[in-house]
Amino acid sequence: MFSRILVANRGEIALRVIRACKEIGVQTVGVHSEADVDSLHLELADQNVCIGPAMSAKSYLDIEAIVDAATSTGADAIHPGYGYLAENAEFASRCEERGITFIGPTTSNLRLAGDKIAAKRIIEAAGIPVVPSSRGGVRTVEEAITVSGEIGYPVMIKAAAGGGGRGIRVCHDAEGLREDFSVAKMESRASFGNDELYIERLITRPRHIEFQVLADRFGNVTHLGERECTIQRRYQKLIEESPSPALSANLRRKMGDAAIQAAGAVDYFNAGTVEFLLDEANRFYFMEINARIQVEHPVTELVTGKDLVKEQIRLSSGEELGYTFDDLNTRGWAIECRINAEDPERNFLPCPGTIERYRPPAGFGVRVDSHLYQGYELPVFYDSLIAKLISYDLSRKGAIDVMRRALGEFTISPIKTTIPLYLAIMEDAGFQAGEFDTGFINRFVPEDMDDDDDDDDD
Amino acid sequence: MVEAEKKLVEVRAKMSGVFYRRPSPDEPPYVEVGSVVKKKQVLALLETMKVFQKVKSPASGEIVEVTAEDQDGELMFVIEVG
Repeated sequence: MFSRILVANRGEIALRVIRACKEIGVQTVGVHSEADVDSLHLELADQNVCIGPAMSAKSYLDIEAIVDAATSTGADAIHPGYGYLAENAEFASRCEERGITFIGPTTSNLRLAGDKIAAKRIIEAAGIPVVPSSRGGVRTVEEAITVSGEIGYPVMIKAAAGGGGRGIRVCHDAEGLREDFSVAKMESRASFGNDELYIERLITRPRHIEFQVLADRFGNVTHLGERECTIQRRYQKLIEESPSPALSANLRRKMGDAAIQAAGAVDYFNAGTVEFLLDEANRFYFMEINARIQVEHPVTELVTGKDLVKEQIRLSSGEELGYTFDDLNTRGWAIECRINAEDPERNFLPCPGTIERYRPPAGFGVRVDSHLYQGYELPVFYDSLIAKLISYDLSRKGAIDVMRRALGEFTISPIKTTIPLYLAIMEDAGFQAGEFDTGFINRFVPEDMDDDDDDDDD
Repeated sequence: MVEAEKKLVEVRAKMSGVFYRRPSPDEPPYVEVGSVVKKKQVLALLETMKVFQKVKSPASGEIVEVTAEDQDGELMFVIEVG
């Protein structure tokens, strides 16, 4: 086992990893930018290192600064959290060169997962259905237009190095591509330090279903059930649950087998997520493998009883997986709402500011993963995710009841958050019946507007 | 002959964020002093909590001043409307 783990992240996921380390008796090193000196994770870590200025590119994305911090503090492993360097093969390989264990997939897994086009080809060759997309990355808008003409509109522009919905734009025609291509490039560079984009056909009215997988160094792979992540806005997940109300036991078995097969086909190691789209006829298509711990991992933890961060650490230290899905006795239902500092009434505009009142919910069936505290000032430089509220009960209806109650207790002011939106969704008959597709959110917020219409500058 | 009335329009950021004058580091700025812009033309990008918003011109006219330079800045442009 490791003696000291550096957590190369900020926000709630830094806290999440530090907490897991504390429970297994491993020392922790926190890192932070100059804008994050008041971050809660610095209070919990055993020691901290400032790794650079506010802009992520010069701090949380600075490979050398982070690896140096690990060396100078004697950390023998780095947990990257999600986002930032979590799926950066160069980072993982720098860790290796310096004799530090990267807690996550292998460098070649990351290279492949980062190259979504190549990954898709391997998966397709393994006999798993995939969504039609560009053969390779597209460099220019002209290339994007040619490719989209072949695939057929509507298409999505996606970041080749992407994840978490950043850098994704839907285009209905060449005109839309012309307008959004360079903005998608900017977002991709800002979020992942890489601006390669690719084009994928948009499947209409789909559900987004993903399977958590775990793999050890000895070739053992299991899935830990699915997560229903259909409720999204602009490809940003808002609500996730496990299990999915859309899957029969038979479909779960088929998709779970495909997930294990996909992980096996790429010699996957550690925790990962195999994402699928499920269409109206219950046909599923492989989308991508996310080579990291995901934001929504807690819903899987609650129904399987497995602490996924501890599992990541355990597997990276060389232990065997030791179980399969059938050994897990999954139980109950878990729902997560991602609470963002955004105003749902004003086209989800980000709302940075100082948290003057903070009172999280508590009680039976409630889990809150958040880095907020009263008096904390939200920096403008980072993600708007401020809390994950997770409810649990033996039944889906019970989990919705707990969520509704917990959302009602949650006080975060004076900034605007997405809490009122989630309260409305919990009351919705379609949500309660488990009947929705990725366009569900449009019933609650003004039709997904393009930035062009955002500004009320007249 | 009456000369057309001219006025100055200030473009201010609606929220704090990081100001970018260029679509990407290796491309030229969207506009320079002297650029003639149309209403709704993109003048810059503003990044707040990782979301990029296009800063669009509130009026047609000529850029007479760029007051923010790739950094935080509340007042970004001054446009002369002729």
